[in-house]
Amino acid sequence: MKKVEAIIRPSALRAVLDGLKAVGYSGVTVAEVQGHGSQKGITESYRGQNVEGLLPKLLIVTVVSEKHLAKVIQIITKTARTGEIGDGKIFVSPVANAIRIRTGEKGEKAI
Amino acid sequence: MKGFREFFDPMKGKKAGLVLMLSFFLVSTWALAQQNAPAAPVAAPVAAAPTAAPAAPAAPAISAGDTAWVLVSAALVLLMTPGLAFFYAGMVRKKNVLATIMQSFFMIALISVQWVIFGYSLAFGDGTPWFGGLKWFLLNHMPDVSPLAPTIPHLAYMIFQAMFAIITPALICGAFAERVKFTGFVLFSLLWATFIYDPVCHWVWSPNGYFSTLGALDFAGGTVVHMTAGYSALALALLLGTRKGYGKEVMAPHNLTLVLLGASLLWFGWFGFNAGSACAANGLACNAFVTTNTATAMAALSWCLIEFIHHGKATTLGAASGAVAGLVAITPACGFVNVGGSLWIGALVSLFCYLAIQVKIKLGYDDSLDAFGVHGVGGTFGAIATGIWAVKAVNGHDGLLAGNPGQLWIQIQTVLATMIFSFLGTVILFFIVEKTIGFRVSAKEEELGLDLSQHGEEGYHI
Repeated sequence: MKKVEAIIRPSALRAVLDGLKAVGYSGVTVAEVQGHGSQKGITESYRGQNVEGLLPKLLIVTVVSEKHLAKVIQIITKTARTGEIGDGKIFVSPVANAIRIRTGEKGEKAI
Repeated sequence: MKGFREFFDPMKGKKAGLVLMLSFFLVSTWALAQQNAPAAPVAAPVAAAPTAAPAAPAAPAISAGDTAWVLVSAALVLLMTPGLAFFYAGMVRKKNVLATIMQSFFMIALISVQWVIFGYSLAFGDGTPWFGGLKWFLLNHMPDVSPLAPTIPHLAYMIFQAMFAIITPALICGAFAERVKFTGFVLFSLLWATFIYDPVCHWVWSPNGYFSTLGALDFAGGTVVHMTAGYSALALALLLGTRKGYGKEVMAPHNLTLVLLGASLLWFGWFGFNAGSACAANGLACNAFVTTNTATAMAALSWCLIEFIHHGKATTLGAASGAVAGLVAITPACGFVNVGGSLWIGALVSLFCYLAIQVKIKLGYDDSLDAFGVHGVGGTFGAIATGIWAVKAVNGHDGLLAGNPGQLWIQIQTVLATMIFSFLGTVILFFIVEKTIGFRVSAKEEELGLDLSQHGEEGYHI
């Protein structure tokens, strides 16, 4: 099992979710996050006092089996890409276990 | 010159818009200033509150219209304090939102009671030129009408003035936001209302007050309200020290929508504050209404323009700050200047307040929400501007530009006295509070936030 964490533009959310749904991966968790990449954010100004601002992004988290990993990454990359700076990043990491709280099922059956 | 070019570099093509805006300002201001007060009403038969009313040969009858207007105005002014609560609360961090709202809301309760028990007597009672005395304790022994508002019941005038006494100490809260104990705040506010506000109110507005007899012009409270609060705010910001992490942590406003809501309520309520200060539903009230709206609008435009030139973007916080600065500056002048004067006052006050805030950032003291930068500086400018732009056609007094430099000198004396008294008085009150129950919260409580540490509540839950 792998955890896929994708930081995307808020405007790409619908396309990413629809893309994942079309191939049957509908289990996702989405969080509003703020951050910046190497280009930094937009400087904000409050009564002349400058604050280094962060850009709003969405974090999509989903756990998939090894065999579906490549497909999921391909869908997210395709649907979230505009070609401009700020499209985001995808991080993949191993998952030790998964447990479905309702039934107690473990491993790939639980995701 | 290099710095100047840098400002303009990212906004090529916007120069034309800038020039257009600038020309609009200059032309509209100039054109209106040229008109010789066409719409200004002639001096009203009833003098405004702050100017000593001429002794009427026979007591004028109570006017239903005047009474209705003053009661409605009192309610409008009451609304300003919750407006101020939102204005300030939006500018603090999330963890202090409730404590900041509470400071203003609690003030309504605290001073409403103080005012009827002894505050009104101290401020308007006929004691010495410096202090009103306690003759009207619990509103006993009050004449049926006040000489300051002869066509309305005395109680109407008293409750209208109560709203001024409430909002004034609430204005100071902007200077010590996010770092004082609730108990320290309550004690300080009560002492301040009693020993700073009530005396200054007496000097300037009571018929036998020192500056009132000297001929000082303050239609609705430039010195009494905004300067007292502003200079006390400066004293407290210096004495309390900066917030923990000031200059290192991000202390950006947590909710600018609240700030804009608050500024809008202030603008609305201020019509009661200024036009209501005519104490009658007459032409003078209309003049105050129109000059108030005009100066406020002009100041908001002016602040946005300054930001646009300085930073390349006009901000909502800037528009709100400009509007409040305009309201502050026109307060003493609204019943003495015509619409041309109000345009100048609005256009210039934003410049002074904006500069004051930039200086604050450089000096490094922490007037958290710019209570001094807006109310102190704007109030001082407004009080002096009254002596510059007053015209006889409005309310029987000429200022410098109408050939009466003497008025400006009287205004300056009043400004200096108010400034020194408020600042020094606050220093004394600060030490009384600090040495008894303590004024500032502990570093741990400050870190946790005042909502949790002072009130055991949170403004926002997950």
